[in-house]
Amino acid sequence: MEKTININLRVWRQRGPKAKGAFESYKLDGVSTDSSFLEMLDQLNEQLISEGKEPIVFDHDCREGICGMCSLYINGHPHGPDEDITTCQLHMRKFKDGETITIEPWRSHGFPVIRDLMVDRSAFDKIIQAGGYVSVNTGGIPDANAIPIPKPVADMSMDAAACIGCGACVAACKNGSAMLFVAAKVSQLALLPQGKVEAARRAKAMVQKMDELGFGNCTNTGACEAECPKNISITHIARLNREFLKAKFKD
Amino acid sequence: MSTDKKTKTIVAKIPEGALSEKWSNYKAQQKLVNPSNKRRLDVIVVGTGLAGASAAAALGELGFNVLNFCIQDSPRRAHSIAAQGGINAAKNYQNDGDSVYRLFYDTIKGGDYRAREANVYRLAEVSNSIIDQCVAQGVPFAREYGGLLDNRSFGGAQVSRTFYARGQTGQQLLLGAYSALSRQVHKGSVKLYTRREMLDLVIVDGKARGIIVRNLITGKIERYSAHAVVIGTGGYGNAFFLSTNAMESNGSAAWQVYKKGAYFANPCYAQIHPTCIPVQGEMQSKLTLMSESLRNDGRIWVPKKKEDAQAVRAGKLKPTEIAEEDRDYYLERRYPAFGNLVPRDVASRAAKERCDAGYGVGSGLAVYLDFKDAIERLGKDVVETRYGNLFQMYEKIVDDNPYETPMMIYPAIHYTMGGIWVDYELQTTIPGLYSIGEANFSDHGANRLGASALMQGLADGYFVLPYTIQNYLADEIRTPRISTDLPEFAEAERNILERIERLMSIKGKRSVDSLHKQLGHIMWDFVGMGRNKKGLLKAIDEIKQVKKEFWSNVFIPGEGLDLNVELEKALRLADFIEIGELMARDALHREESCGGHFREEYQTPEGEALRQDDKFNYVACWKYMGEDKEPEMYKEELKYEFVQVQQRNYK
Repeated sequence: MEKTININLRVWRQRGPKAKGAFESYKLDGVSTDSSFLEMLDQLNEQLISEGKEPIVFDHDCREGICGMCSLYINGHPHGPDEDITTCQLHMRKFKDGETITIEPWRSHGFPVIRDLMVDRSAFDKIIQAGGYVSVNTGGIPDANAIPIPKPVADMSMDAAACIGCGACVAACKNGSAMLFVAAKVSQLALLPQGKVEAARRAKAMVQKMDELGFGNCTNTGACEAECPKNISITHIARLNREFLKAKFKD
Repeated sequence: MSTDKKTKTIVAKIPEGALSEKWSNYKAQQKLVNPSNKRRLDVIVVGTGLAGASAAAALGELGFNVLNFCIQDSPRRAHSIAAQGGINAAKNYQNDGDSVYRLFYDTIKGGDYRAREANVYRLAEVSNSIIDQCVAQGVPFAREYGGLLDNRSFGGAQVSRTFYARGQTGQQLLLGAYSALSRQVHKGSVKLYTRREMLDLVIVDGKARGIIVRNLITGKIERYSAHAVVIGTGGYGNAFFLSTNAMESNGSAAWQVYKKGAYFANPCYAQIHPTCIPVQGEMQSKLTLMSESLRNDGRIWVPKKKEDAQAVRAGKLKPTEIAEEDRDYYLERRYPAFGNLVPRDVASRAAKERCDAGYGVGSGLAVYLDFKDAIERLGKDVVETRYGNLFQMYEKIVDDNPYETPMMIYPAIHYTMGGIWVDYELQTTIPGLYSIGEANFSDHGANRLGASALMQGLADGYFVLPYTIQNYLADEIRTPRISTDLPEFAEAERNILERIERLMSIKGKRSVDSLHKQLGHIMWDFVGMGRNKKGLLKAIDEIKQVKKEFWSNVFIPGEGLDLNVELEKALRLADFIEIGELMARDALHREESCGGHFREEYQTPEGEALRQDDKFNYVACWKYMGEDKEPEMYKEELKYEFVQVQQRNYK
């Protein structure tokens, strides 16, 4: 049966990357506990629009936890208090009547704020462009079953490939490191025979680009793994380090 | 393409020869562009989903200079990413009788004999190369213990031909295409423009030569030119407001090219997916799909007795307390040969039929999808390996554990088979304008089979368009780069600025979403799963009223030439309203039932779709005639030379 709650919100508002931002407080009544967190924000925005005000800007798209677009820092956690989900899958039943909820954007040197809760994550694209692929052209490929791959290896590769590129790992990291994101891609491809060929080169190119873009170093705090909505394991970082060292030895 | 204005017909330039030789014949005879000329030719690709990203990557690899646009902050976010279940291919790895012909046949039959034979055969033909390509890119498909690729079954087929990567196949295929695209961006052959939304097509001397976009960060209008333009912007299911589409998925690019002269084909063919999480309230913003793959092991049922259904709805009875003999596994009862794996349109209508008859559960608009038998047969672990992420997603949304109590599901709008009309070369009625993926109408007839959207998107992008577009570009090698200072660009930009100004100055009382929801209710009630003449006429009338209300009473805060999410939504809604009207108009004209288009007046005594082949065996191609004028309809006759057209039978 539908239940509703009344909540208070503290939301970060910021006009642009260079502008000074501040928290603004809002009161929102009659929020269905079956609503998703983003539907609650829709409701708040409808309220703001009805008052003639500008709505809060936030990124979102698929609203089923796979596109990686949503990116809210809720009560001190990327994607909020619930585990293994993105913001769009967080539901209001996780909050209490009368609670004050604090919403911030991802805060990291690598992700400048565009407006309010929307940040610029194009650095992730640049890291992938630096080498996050297998260098094959379209066509002229041998049969898909030509190279058998042990199931446990394929499964491990899939675990890493589940990364949605949301950036929660960077937002969670006190150093603003993108190591888990980079490691997930390096590991996915290094595990497979198709990607092994250029594994070392790939690791080196992606790490170099990551450093160049101003992301911090990894100091193994594990915060990224704890906050990752897709449960990407930091063991992938170890594999990245191995590939990176191999590349260094070759130099 | 050739259009006959007198007879109002249009033909698709299908190559001569036997079905299995058409594509080879085409490729053998088409014109090609040599490497040094490719560098001098610009191609705009709008969209970075499976179709757009694969096309941009493949064209970049060939050496063309590609400009690729996406609405999100990264190509990796395109909505192809949300496809869960899998991708079909005719590999016959399972030795269960599959073949190119069988995949072709199943697709034609699944589409209720409303698709073009030659296109569908080509799709089946290239399907195997897609799997090879994806594996080479490092897509971690599911494998057997022997190390070879695993398959599962999907609706509308009696073979297992679906390749998958857990419940995230779309994600993995998109990331594969995204990585190929990223490689070309690194090489400089593709230039990527993110957070840009196309607002108009620019035509110069009768040819598509560029686009006008809005930079969603600055709000500024930008011009881009090219020798050819490719639209891969997906479907228009969000006309219904609630759908499984992403929030930003929209039909505007398709609508803009329609208004510039491209024909819009079969707009009324919308797919309603049978297994979605039911609607829970008025604030709901979107619907979540539960993959069709769940129907491999899940059994769909409602209570056999009305009093049980009532008790369940009142919360007095739990589904687990209903005895086996009191459950109606209606799909297995009605369709013993295909059972729970009937095509989507059939499964959706059957669910509606039971709920309308008073046997629905939940709010009354839901049926059960039950894994009890599968868990008993296979064990919880196996079920978890196969569907774990889907079960988790369900639990997070509904707060119910599907391992213990059956899931509740109901049909929802998912995919649009209709779209921009294209010929065999994927070229629209505007020279130099192409359309790929869900944005075009081409391969699925009146109903798409599960796991075929991914197949079509990648087929178009990797293996079809990179060939066919050269047949056009070969004649453009003497055309220098197009200047964006041409008066055609200036005029298009001026029109856009005026439109934005007009929207901003309305300053009415209604939010964009409230109007969109109003449109959505009309669409779902009258242009949804069951349609009839009276309802469709009513829909057209009511949509006109929404349009009037929108243009006189919408309120958009902020500035027109700045980041403005409400303005983005308003621009899309303005088009959705008109798309909705064309959908209703097309549904009204098509006096038959076929695939996803079910006209209640045309059904068999058993309630199955009843086609009228003597009258409607054609693609309805709508031509824009001007603001507030009725569009004209052209027909592309469908000739079935290789398949015998019959009543679809899944019994």
